[in-house]
Amino acid sequence: MPIKVLIPTPLRPYTGKQSAVEVTAQTVGEALNNLVAQHPDLRKHLFAEDGKLRSFVNVYLNDEDIRYLAKDATPATESDTITIVPSVAGGV
Amino acid sequence: MALRIQKKLFELLRLHGEETYPHECCGVLVGEFDEADGRVVRSAVKCGNTRTDSPENRYHISPAELVRIQREAALAGHDIVGFYHSHPDCAAEASSTDLAEAHWTGCSYVITSVENRKAVVTNSFLLRGTEEAKHFDDKVIEVY
Repeated sequence: MPIKVLIPTPLRPYTGKQSAVEVTAQTVGEALNNLVAQHPDLRKHLFAEDGKLRSFVNVYLNDEDIRYLAKDATPATESDTITIVPSVAGGV
Repeated sequence: MALRIQKKLFELLRLHGEETYPHECCGVLVGEFDEADGRVVRSAVKCGNTRTDSPENRYHISPAELVRIQREAALAGHDIVGFYHSHPDCAAEASSTDLAEAHWTGCSYVITSVENRKAVVTNSFLLRGTEEAKHFDDKVIEVY
C-alpha cells in the first residue's frame, strides 16, 4: 500500500533531490522507518539519537499533526499523504 | 545565488511588517530554485504569528499553515524557497534566536527592520550547513 511522503526543501539532498517518496506501510511510524531505510542519509536529520523525531521536525498525516493523533502508531493508507515540515521560528 | 523578487512582492512583505508593528510579522516565500542555485520568489504568503506570548520579539509559523502552503506550492510546480519576518525597532540582522530556530537549510530568511511603523532595511540570509554546524550567509536581494 504505497503512501506518499512529501519531503521539504532542506531534506531533499538526502532523498536524491526527490520532493516526494512513496513507501509501503500500515502506520506513520512504519512509513518513516521505511523512508529512512530507502534513504539512510536522512535518518540523522529526522531522528535524534534516542530514535525519537527531532524536536523541530513536524510530521503531518494529511492536515493533522501526528502528535495529536496516535503519533507513530497512527494508521496510514494509500489515500493519505504524510508531510514532513521543519519548524519556522525566530525573532529579535 | 541572489534572491530575486518582484517589486510588488518585496513591497508586500515590507508592508506586512508595518501592518503588524510593534509585533513581528512572518510569511513564506514560494517560488523556484534556478540553475545558478539562486531563488526566484513567485509569491509571498502572509502567515499569522503564533507567538502570542511575545509577538514583539518572536515569531513562529504554524506547521499546519506550512503544510498547506507546501502542498499548494507543489501543485503549482513551485517550492518553499524562503521565509520572511520583521524586527520591530531592531536591526535587519539575523539574531542568535533566528539562527537557533532556523532549520530550512538552503532557504532564504528575509528580515525587515521596522521603526515607528515604517519599514526601513530588508536583508536576506541564506541558511547553510547542517543542523549541528549551520550559519547564515548574507545574500543580495534583486528586486525587479
